[in-house]
Amino acid sequence: MEIVLPVVIGSLYAMAIYMLLRRSLVKLLIGLGLLSHASNLLIFTAAGLTRSKAPVIPLAADQLRPPHADPLPQALILTAIVISFGVTAFALALAYRAYRSVNTDDLDQMKTTDA
Amino acid sequence: MNRYLILPILIPLLTAVLCLLLFRKPKLQRWIGVSGAGVLLVVALWLLLLVRNQGIQAVQIGNWPAPFGITLVADLFSAILIVLAGVLGLAVAVYSLESVDSQRQSFGYYPLMHFLLMGVCGAFLTGDLFNLYVWFEVMLMASFVLLALGGERGQMEGAIKYVTLNLLSSAIFLAALGLLYGLAGTLNMADLARKFASSASAPSNAIVTALSMLFLGAFGIKAAIFPLFFWLPASYHTPPVAVTALFSGLLTKVGVYSLIRVFTLIFIQDLDYTHTLLLVIAGLTMITGVLGAVAQNEMRRLLSFHIISQIGYPLMGLGIFTAWGLAAAVYFIFHVSLAKSTLFLISGVVGRLRGTFDLKKLGGLYKGQGWLATLFLVAALSLAGLPPSSGFFAKLSLVQAGLVQGQFAIVAVSLGVSLLTLFSMIKIWNEAFWKQTSELKEESEGEISLQKDWSWLAPILFLVAVILLISFGIGPVFQIAAQAGQQLMSPQLYIQAVLGGGR
Repeated sequence: MEIVLPVVIGSLYAMAIYMLLRRSLVKLLIGLGLLSHASNLLIFTAAGLTRSKAPVIPLAADQLRPPHADPLPQALILTAIVISFGVTAFALALAYRAYRSVNTDDLDQMKTTDA
Repeated sequence: MNRYLILPILIPLLTAVLCLLLFRKPKLQRWIGVSGAGVLLVVALWLLLLVRNQGIQAVQIGNWPAPFGITLVADLFSAILIVLAGVLGLAVAVYSLESVDSQRQSFGYYPLMHFLLMGVCGAFLTGDLFNLYVWFEVMLMASFVLLALGGERGQMEGAIKYVTLNLLSSAIFLAALGLLYGLAGTLNMADLARKFASSASAPSNAIVTALSMLFLGAFGIKAAIFPLFFWLPASYHTPPVAVTALFSGLLTKVGVYSLIRVFTLIFIQDLDYTHTLLLVIAGLTMITGVLGAVAQNEMRRLLSFHIISQIGYPLMGLGIFTAWGLAAAVYFIFHVSLAKSTLFLISGVVGRLRGTFDLKKLGGLYKGQGWLATLFLVAALSLAGLPPSSGFFAKLSLVQAGLVQGQFAIVAVSLGVSLLTLFSMIKIWNEAFWKQTSELKEESEGEISLQKDWSWLAPILFLVAVILLISFGIGPVFQIAAQAGQQLMSPQLYIQAVLGGGR
């Protein structure tokens, strides 16, 4: 897994950036989604992959015995997933409204506010 | 340990929730919105006094000891910026009463504004990097909706760019957080600072510097530094002026705050590289911003470019990296947010009077609205940095700090950019206020009077009064800023306040 995951993360980032650079509004949104997935996986990998027990203190003991998995990165990822879910939902609605008011999903046509 | 530290987050939250409960009563929402902002300002001033008298305050949320729980920390720098959020929040809340149309108000303008203030105050207070990410998102989400609220075509186009680039910055921030956690095993800022400072537990400088560059990129997009600022002039002039004034005063400043925080507390191993780079970026940000501004003919766009150019100055203070330089940066942030928001609010009055923001079509405003012109002049000259305005003292102290450290190039750039700032402020003055208009349509001349339109004018008067206060009260005000600079330069104070002295 230590070798597979970096490859997966790298290709997710590559795909995300490719999609972000396309002209279509929908592809831009897909790119943003992939970007947050890649970042979440990166947290997961960078925090260390271990094959070990859940960090639960057994009844008989009063503190954790290593080796145990680190729960914090997973809490971080969970938070990040929830946030990116909300943001993506908003971005979808925004893209739809933008499409309705500009009448195209071509980002090159959305230049009237550029300085 | 002071549990009331959470008040600057709690008050906007309660105000927003109360507004949401009264969603169908926009009139009531307006007054709750204004009084909520007023209470926030009072609490912010109390917090500033408390931190000034008793040193850095910290509270462990849920009583989980640091570094395991989330810590809220208020040092003087945070407290000053929370006062800034209170001042701008109150001014914009009053200004919005009439200037934001009832359509927007009935779709939740006031709750969103207070969620934004909550996110901003949270970001200023938190002592945990992941928590900072969460506050960023709270703030961004509110700003997304505020920017798009109303659904005009320009707003949609601006919002797409704003949302995309800010989400990109969040993704970079998140990736940096993951790598940092993998490296250090903690995200508590004080704990990180302690680990990186002691030679036994510090990872190699090269890795830390590479990580710091990820943070520079992530916060740089939010702060709109060179070359990451293109979203700002494309989106900031699209929403109502009240929203722009709030954004210009607070959002980019949160990016600058985060940069100053991490580059004074955590990433101070490789000063030659990181802080020299910051100086170079500061110079380029000033120059590109002001050149963009000079080329504009639309009042709000011109002012938007000035936001970018003024971001360079606090970065210059950070790059110089002395207590004096940081004090100057803190004072500068406070001054520039006030001046900038005042100018935007004035541009809103101009837009209401003449129905346009185009400098070529404006003119002759000095004749009918001499007092408005005077208010503009105070804010504009303060932004440009003419004595005895607050901008003069801010730039003077930055230049002093630069000269002491022998950073002559950045000092020269900052002075040159000041001249160009003065030039573009005079351009607005000449075109909008002074120039005779030959084909002036008499009927387009709106009337505005202090009695009838107090909600438009009172916030401007209030902000100008605060500008004058920090200009003429420079002695005591700068003393607080100097203390803030001292605190920023001694991270062990921060570490001790969070982790306790016993460790």
